[in-house]
Amino acid sequence: MFSNFDFSVILNSWRYLFFDGMTFTLTLTALAAVGGVILGTLIAMMRLSGLPVLPQIAKAYVNFMRSLPLVLVIFWFYFLVPYIGQWVIGAERPIQVGAFSSSLITFTLFEAAYFSEIMRAGIQSIPKGQAAAASALGLTYWQSMGNVILPQAFRNMLPVLLTQTIVLFQDTSLVYVLSITDFLGAASKVAQRDGRLVEMYLFAAVVYFAVCFIASLLVRRLQRRVAIIR
Amino acid sequence: MNYNWNWGIFFEASPEGNGTYADMLLSGLIWTIVTALCAWVIAFAVGSVVGVLRTLPSRAAQSVGNAYVELFRNIPLLVQMFLWFFVLPEVLPESWGTWLKQLPNAPFYTAVVCLGFFTASRVAEQVRAGIQALPRGQRMAGTALGLTTAQTYRYVLLPNAYRIILPPLTSEFLNNLKNTSVALTIGLLELTARARAMQEFSFQVFEAFTAATIIYIIINLLVVTAAGLIERRVAVPGR
Repeated sequence: MFSNFDFSVILNSWRYLFFDGMTFTLTLTALAAVGGVILGTLIAMMRLSGLPVLPQIAKAYVNFMRSLPLVLVIFWFYFLVPYIGQWVIGAERPIQVGAFSSSLITFTLFEAAYFSEIMRAGIQSIPKGQAAAASALGLTYWQSMGNVILPQAFRNMLPVLLTQTIVLFQDTSLVYVLSITDFLGAASKVAQRDGRLVEMYLFAAVVYFAVCFIASLLVRRLQRRVAIIR
Repeated sequence: MNYNWNWGIFFEASPEGNGTYADMLLSGLIWTIVTALCAWVIAFAVGSVVGVLRTLPSRAAQSVGNAYVELFRNIPLLVQMFLWFFVLPEVLPESWGTWLKQLPNAPFYTAVVCLGFFTASRVAEQVRAGIQALPRGQRMAGTALGLTTAQTYRYVLLPNAYRIILPPLTSEFLNNLKNTSVALTIGLLELTARARAMQEFSFQVFEAFTAATIIYIIINLLVVTAAGLIERRVAVPGR
C-alpha cells in the first residue's frame, strides 16, 4: 500500500507548508478568535441587556449566521466587502480587499455568533445577586460588567471558548474555496504541482490531527485547573 | 453602490441549456437535501453504535469508541473530504481504486460517506451524553429484571436517551445539512455550488447568494419546526 509512498515531497516542501501556510492559518485563527470573542461578548451583552429592540437584533444576527453554511458566508463576504469598503470611504469603484482581510472579516463576524452563545451562557452562569450587589454598591453597568461579571464569565467559559477556537482553527481550512494559501491550500498546491496527492493530503491530515488533539488535551487539563471551587 | 441589480435573472435561461437559473438553484437544493438525508442515515447508525460502545462496561469497547471520536473530530471536514475523494482510491488495491474512480456520481457517494462518518462522531458524543445523563438505577433495574446488556440498551436506555438528546441531535442534523456545502470542493453540485456557478455565469453575485441564503434559512426553519413536532409526539406522557 505504501510501497510507492514518496516522503521526499514532504521534506522538500515542509518549509513552504509551515512558514507560508501554517503562519497564515494560525494568524487568521488567532485574530478571528480575539475579534470573535470581543464582538461575541458585545452581542451577548446586547441580548441580555433588557433594553428595547437590541436583544431582538442580537438574536436575529445569531440565528441568521448560525443557519448559513460557512462556505456560503465566505463567498458572500468575498464579494460584498469590496462594495462595503467603497460605500464606507466613498470611492468611485469597489475597493480591492486582500484575501486575508476578507477572510478575517468573514471569520470574525461568523464566529462571533457562536462565541456570543458561549458568552451568554457564561454571563448567565453568574448568580443574579452579584449584578444586584454591584449596582447596590453604586457601580455603573459598564463597571459591574467589566469588574464583576465578565471576569468570572470568561473564567467559567475559558475551556469552551478554547474548544470553539480549535473548531475555528479547523474551519479556517475552508478558505481553500478562495484559493488562499493557508496550510491546506499550500499542501494542495504542492500536491497538484508534484502529482503527490496521497502524501500531501495524508500529511496535512496528520498535522491537523496532531495540533487539534494536543490542543484539546491541554484544554481538558486547563479545565481542571481553572474550575472555581464553590 | 454602483451594482446593477437584476432580480429577473432567476427567470432567464441558464447557459447550461436546461432551464432557468431558478431551476439550477432548485436542482442544487435537491442535491443538498438528498446528500444530507443519506449522510444522516450513516451518521445516526454509526454514531449510535459508537456512542453505545463508549458507555459499555468493557474497557476495550470504550477505547474503540473514544478513538473513533477523537480521529474524526480532530481532522477538518475539508481534509476528510479530500482523503475520501483523492487518497482512498489510490491506497486501495488497484482494481477497487479503478472501480471507485469510475463510479458515476462519485462526488455524491464520497460526500455521503464522508459526511456520514464525520457527523457520526458528533452523534456518538450526544448519544454517550444522553445515556450517561440517565439515572444509574435504570441500567441496574434492567439487569435486575433479567435483561441482557443488549436488551437493557434496546428497551430501557436508548429509548430514554434518544428523547433527552433530541434537541442537540436536531442541531447536529442542521450542521450536517450545512456541511454538505463543503462537498462543492470535490464537485458536488449542491446549493452553494449552484449559487456560485450562477454568479460566474451571470455576474449577478448578490441575487444568487441572496436566493441561496433565503433557501437555507427556510430549510432551517422547516427542520426546527419538524423537530419540535417530533419532540412533542415522542414525549413520555406525564413527565
